Amino acid sequence: MIANLPFIAVALLIGISLAIILLKKNMIKMVMGLSILEGAVNLFLVALGYRENGIAPIFTSAPEGAEMVLPTVQALTLTNIVIGVATTALMLALVMVIYKKYGTVNSNKIRRLKE
Amino acid sequence: MNMLLDNMPALLIAVPLFFAFLIPIIGKFAPKIHDVWIILASFVSSLTAVITAVTVFTKGTIVYVFGAAAGSPAAPIDSGGIPFRIIFTIDGFCAFMLLSAAIVSFAVVLYLVSSQKERSGKSELYALYLLLTAGIFGMVSTGDLFNFFVFLEINSLAGAALVSYHRKGGIAAEGALKYLIVNTVGGLMVLFGIGLLYAQYNSLNMAFIASQMSFTTVNIVALVLFITALAMKAGSVPFHFATPDAYSVAPSGITAAMIVASQAGLYGLFRIVFTLYGDIFNTVTIGWVVIILGVLSMVIGVTMAIPQKDVKRLLAYHAVSQTGYMLLGVGVALAVLGDPLAMAAFGQTAMEGGLFHIINHAMYKGLLFLAVGAVIYRTGVWSLNKMGGLGHNMKWTMIFFLIGALAIAGIPPFNGFASKLMIYESVFAFNPALSIIAMVVSILTLASFMKVFHSMFMGPQLPEYAEVKEVPKLMIAGMVILTIFVIGFGLVPDLVVNNLITPAADALINNGAYITAVLGGGL
Repeated sequence: MIANLPFIAVALLIGISLAIILLKKNMIKMVMGLSILEGAVNLFLVALGYRENGIAPIFTSAPEGAEMVLPTVQALTLTNIVIGVATTALMLALVMVIYKKYGTVNSNKIRRLKE
Repeated sequence: MNMLLDNMPALLIAVPLFFAFLIPIIGKFAPKIHDVWIILASFVSSLTAVITAVTVFTKGTIVYVFGAAAGSPAAPIDSGGIPFRIIFTIDGFCAFMLLSAAIVSFAVVLYLVSSQKERSGKSELYALYLLLTAGIFGMVSTGDLFNFFVFLEINSLAGAALVSYHRKGGIAAEGALKYLIVNTVGGLMVLFGIGLLYAQYNSLNMAFIASQMSFTTVNIVALVLFITALAMKAGSVPFHFATPDAYSVAPSGITAAMIVASQAGLYGLFRIVFTLYGDIFNTVTIGWVVIILGVLSMVIGVTMAIPQKDVKRLLAYHAVSQTGYMLLGVGVALAVLGDPLAMAAFGQTAMEGGLFHIINHAMYKGLLFLAVGAVIYRTGVWSLNKMGGLGHNMKWTMIFFLIGALAIAGIPPFNGFASKLMIYESVFAFNPALSIIAMVVSILTLASFMKVFHSMFMGPQLPEYAEVKEVPKLMIAGMVILTIFVIGFGLVPDLVVNNLITPAADALINNGAYITAVLGGGL
């Protein structure tokens, strides 16, 4: 049960973030929702690689027979954090431009691109 | 020279990235040679892609291992058979996508150099453009799931930044934001799916995962995530809402490149469905899912396109509709993948038709966007209601637009006809109703384009456009390159199908070859 806790948290976070992205009208909040989604995926990746009582995966002078956490998923997480920063920054910049031009961040009020 | 050829797959990414970061510096210190430099940059990066593709077609699949001597195996001997090295696996299908991306990206650069001449901030535009190219090349040639995700994100980020580049007012930012949100959600879904696969197989190597793949619930969840996310990237229904918004506000040349960028998503979809999941279960269900996505895209895309007034938005909805044809063709092949008899009778043709349509679509839709962009460049008007009589002053643009319009509607002797005919024939053998829908959509497309052609170019010369001139020569050169392929592929379809499309289709259908190429015969 306790080992599954991170995965339950991941499921909750994904649910919350998708609800925010789909339901909120404020674009800043939509960007926040995307950041939560990104955090959820990161948590999922790190939790995958966790081993009970595991140590950092450095082979030099590691104690004999010690269990190690998986390094690959941590590398993936690190990369995803970097990509996430770039994405969030670009999205916030775009929201800023929209706010300057329209004076609002409500996604219902800015629909100038007609269907 | 040999060393260069050996390391061509690495140069595929290194060349566009190198030039991308160099171009702002050149733009600052040597603005005079700036335009020549960007053409050179794009030429060299397209050349690497073409050389790589030709090597694949003549010598077979390339497996390139980063950071190891040429020819080393993907799995080091002391690794216990787990290929943890970073690799590029370029087979027939990848080579085919590389070729299409290389041609379009070079044609677009010629066009952009001329159309952006008077604009500000063009160095950064080209830097982003080369990043987009690097993203596309990377997506279609990597053999590693996580690298696929990274290149997907490079592709989406550069694409969104390019969409928001010029048009005044908030609409460009609005279209870009929509595009970026959809693509980021899609990208994170792909990453989640990758996590699910990694949890079971402890590897990110596509070939290794494909060889170990089994029928579990977790794998199905991952497959659903992949299909949803990559359909978002490819802009098929039901995720088509961002595509027209983004395409209609992006600079015209960029939109032509975005077509190829979204097709890289289609590449990922087919690669994952066929290579990763091809072996393990009855693909009939998945095939029908893809077919239904395709038919919906075709019908909804074209019905949304007909009433549009903004000419670029209209073209963008047609792009959604044409994506449907590719999904339909490949979906039919997927549905009969387990049945060798049906596969030989019509599955193979359906597959080849769907893939042939990918490269054809990149050519003629690119040409249409460039031609429409040329009109907008001279008139500054987007709305079809305000255009008219431009055929008097812009004869070349009119001819190019007409060629593109006839090709997209599937009229011989242009390339759209060749691939659509293959799709009609084979889909008719599978299910006549689907084939009839495809033909009706094609007729609607023709009707829609005749309307556009008429309201843009026909009629008496309007007084406000009396001063309009033909566009500069470089813009025409960009369109000529695409026109050559539109007509050439239409005139000798057999040659193209035998030399390009059949290897690509075989690479997808026969996923054992992909696995053996990476892992060797031992596993």
